[in-house]
Amino acid sequence: MLLRHTSSEVMERSALTINPAKTCQPIGAMYAALGLHNCLPHSHGSQGCCAYHRSTLTRHYKEPVMAATSSFTEGASVFGGQANLLQAITTIFGVYNPDVIAVHTTCLSETIGDDLVQIIAKARSEGKIPEGKHVIHCNTPSYQGSHVTGFASMTKAFVTYFADPQAEKTQAINIVPGWVEPSDMRELKALAKQMGVEVILYPDTSDVMDTPYTGKHDFYPKGGVTVERVQASGGSAATIGLGLSASSPAVEALQSKCAVPGTMLELPIGLQGTDRFIDTLHKLAGVEVPQEITDERGRLLDLISDMHQYVHGKRVALFGDPDQLVALTEFLTLLDMKPLYLVTGTPTPQFEARVRKALGGNTPEAKIKAGAQADMYLLHQWIKNEGVDLLIGNTYGKYIARDEDIPFLRFGFPILDRVGHSYFPSVGYKGAMRLVEKILSLFMDRQDRDALEERFELTM
Amino acid sequence: MADILRERERQVYRKGQGEALPIDCEKQSAAGSVSQRACVFCGSRVVLYPIADAIHIVHGPIGCASYTWDIRGALSSGPELHRLSFSTDLQEMDVIRGGEKKLYAGLCELIDAHQPKAAFVYGTCIVGVIGDDMDAVCKRVSLEKGIPVLPVHSEGFKGTKKDGYRSACDALLKLVGTGSTEGITPHSINILGDFNLAGETWMIREYYRRMGVEVVSCITGDGRVDEIRRSHGAALNVVQCSGSMTNLAKTMKEKYGIPFIRVSYFGIEDMSKALYDVARHFANKEMMKRTQEMVRTELTRVLPELSEYRRVLTGKRAAIYVGGAFKAFSLVSALRHLGMTTVMVGSQTGNKEDYEQLREICDEGTIIVDDSNPLELSSFLEEKDVDVFIGGVKERPIAYKLGIGFCDHNHERKEALAGFDGMLNFAREVHSSVMSPVWRLTPRKRGSMLEVVK
Repeated sequence: MLLRHTSSEVMERSALTINPAKTCQPIGAMYAALGLHNCLPHSHGSQGCCAYHRSTLTRHYKEPVMAATSSFTEGASVFGGQANLLQAITTIFGVYNPDVIAVHTTCLSETIGDDLVQIIAKARSEGKIPEGKHVIHCNTPSYQGSHVTGFASMTKAFVTYFADPQAEKTQAINIVPGWVEPSDMRELKALAKQMGVEVILYPDTSDVMDTPYTGKHDFYPKGGVTVERVQASGGSAATIGLGLSASSPAVEALQSKCAVPGTMLELPIGLQGTDRFIDTLHKLAGVEVPQEITDERGRLLDLISDMHQYVHGKRVALFGDPDQLVALTEFLTLLDMKPLYLVTGTPTPQFEARVRKALGGNTPEAKIKAGAQADMYLLHQWIKNEGVDLLIGNTYGKYIARDEDIPFLRFGFPILDRVGHSYFPSVGYKGAMRLVEKILSLFMDRQDRDALEERFELTM
Repeated sequence: MADILRERERQVYRKGQGEALPIDCEKQSAAGSVSQRACVFCGSRVVLYPIADAIHIVHGPIGCASYTWDIRGALSSGPELHRLSFSTDLQEMDVIRGGEKKLYAGLCELIDAHQPKAAFVYGTCIVGVIGDDMDAVCKRVSLEKGIPVLPVHSEGFKGTKKDGYRSACDALLKLVGTGSTEGITPHSINILGDFNLAGETWMIREYYRRMGVEVVSCITGDGRVDEIRRSHGAALNVVQCSGSMTNLAKTMKEKYGIPFIRVSYFGIEDMSKALYDVARHFANKEMMKRTQEMVRTELTRVLPELSEYRRVLTGKRAAIYVGGAFKAFSLVSALRHLGMTTVMVGSQTGNKEDYEQLREICDEGTIIVDDSNPLELSSFLEEKDVDVFIGGVKERPIAYKLGIGFCDHNHERKEALAGFDGMLNFAREVHSSVMSPVWRLTPRKRGSMLEVVK
């Protein structure tokens, strides 16, 4: 009873977040910046922020995470962080020699009012930024939005700094994948390749956060989208943005800056989400969907039909990031399951509407909450009042799962106690099959664990 | 790389080569460095967090609470309030108008719901800038609710982890001396600076019990507010992890006349010495006899297995990079006990005396480094052809990428590493990682072997 301190009586709270279903903006900006080739993310604030983000990303990916910090002191917090950032830019180009420094702010530098545009301009005019090198930035005040907002803002900064309106017009399609795993980004590129579509995908953390074991520690791994590719994305034929919360700002910026028409989709997690992604790619690029993709879809459907009786009517509680939750809701509903409780700490204006749309009129009793006090404490209280058969969320769900003895599917960020998410995609038809396999295994393991001996079955 | 060395040459020392110590330590990291250091808040949070019957509320935007939610594995034998994450989750309007009202309301809600023995309120960077009067809010809630509500001034930018330890000790000092010392026996101690990671405090307490020593409080492993309140009744403070707790011990000496000794529970020499030092302090023959017997029993139990590990590990090379330098002393001698040589040792926040002591105990050629970074660490590990790296969460994947074994001696240890059994666990962990067949597949090592053959 780890969470014995959670009562079933839902407590009215006006001023308190307990067991948050979110974290702060800068870590999202750091993760996005890692998806740019030869880029060193830079945290403009105290040392602790940078250390925490690196530790959390390392725990999630089991990979070294490189990022620098402005190392704010008491002086910087009084006089402003300009001197620190100028010094940092010199140190970083002198010692670590990246192509790009991607600066994000923190609550501290935002509150004292550092003007990043002005500081970067000053660094440039003082010759601190070597020829051919770049310093980009986004504002990530921790007291607004969440880690998802920070990710969206840094992705947008790629566009505002690099996407070139004069770039040569091409038939390429831009994909802004949203906050997904390196495995997912790899899968999206593979699907496009199978369809014969040239894509520019960013951020792209594949081959950065899932690097092979070579006996060397590459400070800048080989992956990440290059600056040239982002520049070229200004001349692409179209953009597909995946995940409304994480990708809309970048897609809109590309549209207004470079007149690249954008299509926003929910994340391609599950059958329908992937259908829409494949269909959009097919229409925008004017290519046929190859038989192998159609067959893969067929295998997913076959799996669902074979196993539908085992998942029918199962009650599910979910917490995490809005884009993931919306896509999962649609897929779970297709599996004839009931997503009953959904909680995201990320303030998301259209969250309930998006979830209801994904539910398609099913499970009208679903409880949905986003933003303030939408935390795991509340979710746990809902579960205590009326239980569920499955819990889906990041590692922190394990406390609830253990206390309430609920099968638990780890999904989202961060996952601190399992591996797999960086290697095996959850997007696309293959990803959907993996999700079905995992969910089924959870139910079947539970059934085997709890079955009386005379009811213990060999076959499904 | 050359640039790094030039800029940081006064923070890297090679024993027996060139210029002498002192190392240029205890200085702010250069802006723009990929430092492995953390902040003041981090220091306060890890020290106080094991107090399990208090609520720990982080006053600031959500991140600081999220990243420190139950990350340390400090175990409790009773309440587990410390494993929940409470935050005022400050929003933009709070930053503009101040967060005092929200803090007040949050504290009241929490105390009403959970009836804790005390509350710790951690100030984060932003609180220091918007100027919330945390002290006033804490005082008011304390009066209204009748429990100690203690502000912890841990604004991240105000220094390093070490400064955070100091703020934590300041908060603890407000608790110490407020409870009744009735019934405390003359042979009594406080355990300072053990955090019950993987149950280590329980092992240490058991040793003291067998010696006939009463443990009044452990600060802060498996900690309880009421025990800390009466800790000024103990006859001796036994301080481990001196970086975090020396301030508390010093103040308790000045204020309550409690002497303190420094110990380490890591490695069998240091562990035995700690117990003997306590027995010697009480100058009690019976106790000394019991201690000798216990140490003998424990050693007889663990030495045979340890010597097996020593046989295999002799000649292997180790590198150490830890938060506080104090931990490194014990590690060097424990590794030596296993027949291993420490070829690189560094810390995030060591001071001059720490590095001088490290220089004394290390072999010729050992690299000693302050406030290092991944680029440097990688190059040292390669240069010294290290077999095992001992560090924390951010160092682990660097070692693995290079094809080097790793042992977490920080928050993420899964086995108790203190005490006699802890030494066995340590030897097992080092052994299993160093000897893993996966490193035979390291291209770098294959390459160097081929060169030797050539």
